[in-house]
Amino acid sequence: MLEIKNLHARIGDKEILKGVNLTVPDGEIHAIMGPNGAGKSTLSYVLSGRDGYEVTQGEVFYNSQDVLALAPEDRAAAGIFLAFQYPVELPGVGNANFLRTAVNAVRRKRGEAEMDAVAFLKVARAAIKNLSMKEDFLKRNVNVGFSGGEKKRNEMLQMALLQPGLAILDETDSGLDIDALKIVADGVNALRSARFAALVITHYQRLLDYIVPDVVHVLVGGRIIRSGSAALALELEAHGYTGLEAA
Amino acid sequence: MSASMQELASAKYQYGFTTDILMEEFPRGLSEDIVRLISAKKSEPAWMLEWRLKAYRLWLRMEEPDWAHISHPPIDYNDLYYYAAPAREQPKSLDDVDPELLRTYEKLGIPLNERAALAGVAVDAVFDSVSVATTFRETLSKSGVIFCPLSEAVREYPELVRKYLGSVVPMHDNYFAALNSAVFSDGSFVYIPKGVRCPMELSTYFRINARNTGQFERTLIIADDEASVSYLEGCTAPMRDENQLHAAVVELVALDSAKIKYSTVQNWYPGDADGRGGIYNFVTKRGACRGRDSKISWTQVETGSAITWKYPSCVLLGEGSVGEFYSVALTNNHQQADTGTKMIHIGRNTTSTIISKGISAGKSDNTYRGLVKILASASGARNFTQCDSLLIGNECGAHTVPYIESRNASAKVEHEATTSKIAEDQLFYCRSRGLSQEDAVGLIVNGFCKDVLKELPMEFAVEAQKLLSVSLEGSVG
Ligand SMILES: Nc1ncnc2c1ncn2[C@@H]1O[C@H](COP(=O)(O)OP(=O)(O)OP(=O)(O)O)[C@@H](O)[C@H]1O
Ligand SMILES: [Mg+2]
Repeated sequence: MLEIKNLHARIGDKEILKGVNLTVPDGEIHAIMGPNGAGKSTLSYVLSGRDGYEVTQGEVFYNSQDVLALAPEDRAAAGIFLAFQYPVELPGVGNANFLRTAVNAVRRKRGEAEMDAVAFLKVARAAIKNLSMKEDFLKRNVNVGFSGGEKKRNEMLQMALLQPGLAILDETDSGLDIDALKIVADGVNALRSARFAALVITHYQRLLDYIVPDVVHVLVGGRIIRSGSAALALELEAHGYTGLEAA
Repeated sequence: MSASMQELASAKYQYGFTTDILMEEFPRGLSEDIVRLISAKKSEPAWMLEWRLKAYRLWLRMEEPDWAHISHPPIDYNDLYYYAAPAREQPKSLDDVDPELLRTYEKLGIPLNERAALAGVAVDAVFDSVSVATTFRETLSKSGVIFCPLSEAVREYPELVRKYLGSVVPMHDNYFAALNSAVFSDGSFVYIPKGVRCPMELSTYFRINARNTGQFERTLIIADDEASVSYLEGCTAPMRDENQLHAAVVELVALDSAKIKYSTVQNWYPGDADGRGGIYNFVTKRGACRGRDSKISWTQVETGSAITWKYPSCVLLGEGSVGEFYSVALTNNHQQADTGTKMIHIGRNTTSTIISKGISAGKSDNTYRGLVKILASASGARNFTQCDSLLIGNECGAHTVPYIESRNASAKVEHEATTSKIAEDQLFYCRSRGLSQEDAVGLIVNGFCKDVLKELPMEFAVEAQKLLSVSLEGSVG
């Protein structure tokens, strides 16, 4: 279970998150929607521990662990995974090498045995197939020269391999064609279990047809100003965010 | 820095141990007598002694170069030892090698026992001033390949040595080359006969052990028509508070259609985190592509030494000959590196490629200095140069000094250069996937160097990758 209590965060002097309260019980998927610049990505970075995002107030717990006290790599080991809105390119770093290094780093921290190259390749190939990706993805450099959609699929590949307990998807659907969208949704749905929770950040109700959320939150100006059922997303699609702020 | 932190920092140099064996040393300082002693010790013919003395007299009149972007206290050349070698009689075969020495090389990861050795790699092991063992000599001699200590070649193959020694790096070339010509002690000699592809990788492992001793090895490699060879050198030294001088000369000669690939993994002791101690690595390396369509390729991974001053170069004489320089130079703490290459295009349609990756961390200074010179005779010459610098932290320096001189209008020279920092978003991306800060830096740096590392023979590429990560420990965060 993820619990965010009265979270305030700033970048430099600028306060971006102004008291976010949010609870995602295990087994649930919550969507976060909101206008550009509302602080959605900021929230995802704060949850995964990026430097430069200073928490000034509030608390975050994941399975009763104090998340804010952990280094980013320890949050990964604790099961938190962020699919980046803008995945980062790593020139010269082979995807297979990167993935295996990541998987083994996390396994080590979780007290599990490391995977050798052969075992890893087997798992990775299966995951690649599930995502309908070409196998040469493993040989290419991390995100270098990938199309927008390929980068997003690569994020999903990492998620599948790292097996998180909490996935934060920051606009993973942006830039995806309709087939890719279904594949990504299948990837998330495949992880659904009593021990998995997800925060799905999106601008489009369309994704939520495939990943049906238990709760939809609306983040505006650094605060969650409304929460509701999946139907809320349809309402937003029809009317936008304007009337909401007053409510 | 606290004492224990210092220990931690220096403990990362895992080759810093010393070997305790009885050594024979000549008296400190340099004079004609010392030059004569070295020559006599090696039972050299008169011509070799004359050559050395000529170089010594030349050296006396020369001055240390001062144009490189490095600084160090003056070196007192009379305070050094110029010859140090295990006191035991030079071994005739591997079975006679002092077990203590065998253990030393074992510890360095270079087993000299042929059964335990890395498959397909023959090793010449140089300990201070002498070669203590050369493996697989018989296997090699079956295909006509000569691989032996240079001191032995002077006696056994005088025609070859006289013909080629100093023909690529003349003794007057520079201060350190002159010094080396006077006092060189050992190093490797390689001759690959016409049409032979050397059946094994050849390598020399240089170890400095003795205190206050300079190492002046000299390597000469000749690939005859249509011959090819891949050669690798590695180097380590104990951790000591004083600086030690290493002034080597390497000469390569490639005849018609011959190919020489020369790789270096340089890991001399770099000094401690405060800049105390470490090797002064002042080296002259040059290859001559004398034959048509010949090729010389230098690959270097330089992570060690307090100061590195070296410019492995190619003189492209033969029509259609090819020169390559692939370099990774990593400096951390107080290390200084001024390194690069010279590509001298003389023949028609000669081509050269320069890929240089400089990584600076800590308070270090890293300079790429390169010359591409196209003579009027070199119609159709081509050069491509790519120099990339990566900065880690705010206290280090990176400099790129490319010189281009073209006297032929048909030549094409391309130069690209970039300077970057390890981006915060790259580090965060890796860390969010579970990698520690140090692993993330290692991964990104290795990625940055990939175009160079892929030029190394497989076994050594893996070694070099580890070395890069280890050398950067403690540089971030
Ligand atoms: N490094 C930074 N320095 C200053 N301001 C920043 C920085 N990063 C983000 N911001 C600001 O913080 C605010 C929230 O940005 P954030 O990226 O969290 O928005 P978002 O809700 O994810 O928007 P989008 O829907 O466009 O992705 C914006 O006003 C943005 O300009
Ligand atoms: Mg965003």
